Amino acid sequence: MENNLINIFFVPEVSLAILAIACLMYGLFSKNNSFNKATNFATLSLIFISFLVYFDFTTNFALFENFFSNTAFTKFFKILTILGAAASLIISKNYFIDTKINRFEIPTLLLFSTLGMMLMISSKNLMMMYLAIELQSLSLYVVASIKRNSLESAESGVKYFILGALSSGILLYGFSLVYGFTGQTSFDGIYISLSQLDKLPIGLVFGLVFILVGLAFKVSAVPFHMWTPDVYEGAPTSITAFFAIVPKLAAIALIFRFCLEPFNNFYFEWSQVIFFLSLASMFLGAIAAIAQKSIKRLLAYSSIGHVGYVLIALVAASDQGIRSVSIYMFIYLIMNVSVFAILLSLKKSDKYVEKIDQLSGLSKTNPVVSVSLAIIMLSMAGIPPFIGFFGKFYIFIAAIESQQYILAILGVLASVISAFYYLRIIKGMYFDEAIEGENFDFTINNQAKAILLILLFIITFFIFYPSLLTGIVSGISLI
Amino acid sequence: MTDIPLLSLTIFLPLLSAFVILLIKEDENSLNNIKNVAFWTSVGVFLISLLIWLQFDNTKPGYQFEEKFRWFSDFNFYYHIGIDGISLFMVILSTFLTPLCILASWESIKKRVKEYMLAFLFLETVMIGMFASIDILLFYIFFEAVLIPMYLIIGIWGGDRRIYASFKFFLYTLLGSVLMLIAIVVIYQLTNSMSIEELQGNYFTTNVQLYLWLAFFASFAVKIPMWPFHTWLPDAHVEAPTAGSVILAGVLLKMGGYGFIRFSLGMLPEASEYFAPMIMTLSIIAVIYTSLVALAQTDIKKLIAYSSVAHMGLVTIGIFAVNSQGLEGAMIQMISHGVVSGALFLCVGVIYDRMHTRDINFYGGLVNRMPIYATVFMIFMLGSVGLPGTSGFIGEFLVIVGAFKYSSIVVIGAASGIVLSAVYMLYLYKRIIFGVIENEKLKEISDLNLREKSILIPLAIAVIVIGIFPNIFLDPMRLPIELIISNYEIANGK
Repeated sequence: MENNLINIFFVPEVSLAILAIACLMYGLFSKNNSFNKATNFATLSLIFISFLVYFDFTTNFALFENFFSNTAFTKFFKILTILGAAASLIISKNYFIDTKINRFEIPTLLLFSTLGMMLMISSKNLMMMYLAIELQSLSLYVVASIKRNSLESAESGVKYFILGALSSGILLYGFSLVYGFTGQTSFDGIYISLSQLDKLPIGLVFGLVFILVGLAFKVSAVPFHMWTPDVYEGAPTSITAFFAIVPKLAAIALIFRFCLEPFNNFYFEWSQVIFFLSLASMFLGAIAAIAQKSIKRLLAYSSIGHVGYVLIALVAASDQGIRSVSIYMFIYLIMNVSVFAILLSLKKSDKYVEKIDQLSGLSKTNPVVSVSLAIIMLSMAGIPPFIGFFGKFYIFIAAIESQQYILAILGVLASVISAFYYLRIIKGMYFDEAIEGENFDFTINNQAKAILLILLFIITFFIFYPSLLTGIVSGISLI
Repeated sequence: MTDIPLLSLTIFLPLLSAFVILLIKEDENSLNNIKNVAFWTSVGVFLISLLIWLQFDNTKPGYQFEEKFRWFSDFNFYYHIGIDGISLFMVILSTFLTPLCILASWESIKKRVKEYMLAFLFLETVMIGMFASIDILLFYIFFEAVLIPMYLIIGIWGGDRRIYASFKFFLYTLLGSVLMLIAIVVIYQLTNSMSIEELQGNYFTTNVQLYLWLAFFASFAVKIPMWPFHTWLPDAHVEAPTAGSVILAGVLLKMGGYGFIRFSLGMLPEASEYFAPMIMTLSIIAVIYTSLVALAQTDIKKLIAYSSVAHMGLVTIGIFAVNSQGLEGAMIQMISHGVVSGALFLCVGVIYDRMHTRDINFYGGLVNRMPIYATVFMIFMLGSVGLPGTSGFIGEFLVIVGAFKYSSIVVIGAASGIVLSAVYMLYLYKRIIFGVIENEKLKEISDLNLREKSILIPLAIAVIVIGIFPNIFLDPMRLPIELIISNYEIANGK
C-alpha cells in the first residue's frame, strides 16, 4: 500500500484524533443536549475505530518513523481498550445525567485519553511512550475532578495529578538514564545496544527500575498504589468505572511490552522487581480490602489484586504468559464493566449505592440484580464455574510452565483471602435482613442493559465453550 | 447399551430443571409447582441413575458410559465423563439423597423457596458431575462449584450463627482446594494429559509425587474431614438446615474419600506409601478423639457431626491400608455413612421441626409418644454403631480386616473407636428416646407423618439392604479396586 494522504486516515490513531476534535466541536456548537450528542458521537466513533483496528488497513505502513508497533498483541489490547471505553461511556451515561455532571467535555476528554492509551499500547520508542502516557493521564486528571463543586472529586483529581506527575517525573528520569547509557530511544535500538552487554551497568539498572516504578504507578501495583483507592472513591462513580476498566488495560500492555522487548535479555534484573510488585499487590489487595466499607474502595483494592495476578504472567515471561494475560485482561474487562453497570444503575432511597451494608436485603426486592451481582462477585473471586476462574487458571498455567511455583502457590493463597471480601458482598445481599422503609431502584437504559445481559451470559456460560476466547488469543504473541 | 447419553442426562437434568424453576414466578400459588418440579426432577434423576446401575457391567474394571468431547482448543482438556464401580455408588448416593432432602424441606423451608430449590438442583448437578468426571480439570471445577450452593444454603436458611459458619465452611474448604489446583496444573505440565484414567499408575518421580500428594492431601483432608482439619464441620452442620446437613454429611464428605482413592492412591502410589503412617496416625486420633468429643456434646446435631469425623477416620484407615478388604470396607463405609448419617440428621430434623431445639436434655421419653420414630431412629443408630445386619457393620468389619493386614496397632485404635461410637450413640438414644416424658412440652408431640415416613423408610430399607446383601454393592467395585491395588503394589515393588 502506498503512503498517500488518503490512507493515513485509515490509521486508527489518526482517525481517532480527528474524531475526538470533531467531538469537541460537535459538543461545543450544539445548542442543547450537548452531552447526549457528544456521548453518542464518541461511542459511535469508538466502535468505528475498533473496526478500523480489527480490519487493520495499515499493516505495511512504516508509521511515525518506526515509533509504532502493530502486532496481534497490540491489536488485541487496543480493541479491548476501545470497547472498554465505549462500554463505560454507555453504562455511565445515565449516571452523568442524573448527577448533573453531564458536560460534553467528558466524552471528548475520554476520547483523547483513549487515543493516548492506544498510542501507549503501540509505542515502540521512549519518546512516544512518554507522550502517550501524558496524553492519557492529563485527560484523566481533568475528568477525575470534573465535579467541580464536590470536595471529594476535586481532592481525588489533585491527588491523582500530583502522584501522577511524580510518577511521570520518575519515569522520565529513568528514560534519561536509559538514553544516556545506550544512546537510543527506540525499543529496537535499546535491545540491540543491550545485547552487546553481559551485565547491566549500574546506571542502566537504575534507569530500568525508575521506569518500572513509573509504570507500576500507572498499573497501580503495590507499593505504588496509594492513589487508587482515594481516586476511585472520590471521583464520580461513572469516572471510576472508566478508571477501573480502561487505563489498566493499556498500562498492563505497556509494562509487558517494555519488559519483554527492549529488556528481554535482562530477565533476571527486572523480574525481581516484578516478582515483588506482583506478590505485594496480590496480598495487599486481598488484605486491605477486607476492612473496606465502601464498594468503590473495595473494587479499587480488588483491581490492585488483579494487577498482582497479571504480573505473575509477566514474571513467567513466555508465550503462554502473553496469552494468559490477554485472556485475563479480557475477563477483567467484562467483569468490571458488568459490576459497574450495576453500581451505576442501583439506587437506594434516591441515592446511589456506595456502601456494602446498603446492599442488605437487595435479594428480596431485586432478585435478578442480586443474582447478577453475586455471579460477578464469585467470578471475580475466581470460583468455578464462572469465567473469573479461567482467568486465574491460565495465569497459573503460565506460572507453572515457567517454574514460578512460589508465585503460583502464594497467588492461590491470596485468592482465598480475597474470596472473603467478595463473599461479604453476597452476604450483604442475601444473608442480611433488609432495613424497613428503604427501597431499591434499579433504572438502566436499554443499551447498558443489553451490554450487561451479554456480559453476564459470557460470565456464566463461558465454561461451555471456552474455545471461543482461547481460539482468539492462541495466535497472540509479542512479535 | 443405549445411545442416550445417560450420564450427561443425570448431570444436566437438574440444571435444566433449575432453569425451568428460574422462569416460574414465585408467589403463593406457584410455590407448590416449584417444589414439585424440583422433587420430580430429582426423582427422575434417581431413576436414571438406577438405570445406569442396571446396565452397568461388573466384569469391566475401567470406565463405562464414557462421553468425550473436546473442550479447550489450546489444551488437552476434555469434557470427559464416565463411571466405574467406585464412582457408580457415589453418583447413586447423590441422586438418592437429593429427592429425600427436597422432600424433607417441604414444610420446614418457608422463606425463599425458589432459591432454595435452585440451590439444591445446582448442588445435585455439581455433585454428580464431580463423581462422573474423568477429566481432572472438570473434576476440579465441580469440586469447587459445590461451595457456592452450600455456602448459600448454610448462609440463607441456616441457624443463628449461620454467617460465621458459612464463611468458615467456604474459606476453609477453598483454602484446601486451591492447592489442588496448582497440583493439577503441575500434573498437566508434566504429562500433557488431564485424564484420570490415563494417569492411573506411577507416572511421576518420587520427589514430585510427595509434593503433589501433599497438595491433594490439603484439599481432601479438609473435605473428608480429617483431624485436625475438621473444625469447620461441626459449625457447618449445626448451622445448616436439615437438608443441608444431610447433603453435607451424606455426599460432600465423600468427595474427600473419593479423591483419596482416585488421586492419592491411583496416581501417586509411592507417596501414598510414604505418607500412609501419617494418615493412620491422624485417623486413629480422629477416631478416638472425636468420639470422646461426641460423647460430651449436648447438641444432637453436633454429636452426629463429630461422629461423622470419627466414621470418616475409619474410611481413611481403610483406604490407606491399600488392600481389597480395606478399600472395599472404606467404600461400603462411605456409602453406609452417607445413608446413616443423612438419616440421623433427618431424624434430628423431625424433632427439631416440632420443638425447635436440638438440646439433648430437652428431650426424653419420646418412645411413649413416637413409637415409629423410635423404631426408625433405632435402625439408624444401630447402623451407625455397626450392628451386624446393618450397613455399618459391613464397612467397619472390612476396614478392620484390612487394617489388620496393615498393622495390628492401627486395629486397636480403630476398634476402640468403634466401641466408643457404640457408647455415644446408645447414650444419645437412651437420653432422647427412653425413659418417661418429664418435659411438659413433649406431651403433645406427634409421631411421623406420611411425608416423614416416606423419607425415612427408604433410608431404613437401604441400611438393611446394604447390611444383608453387601455383594450387590461390592461386585461392581471389585475390579476397579483390584486395578488400583495392583498398580499400587507394582509401584511400590511388592
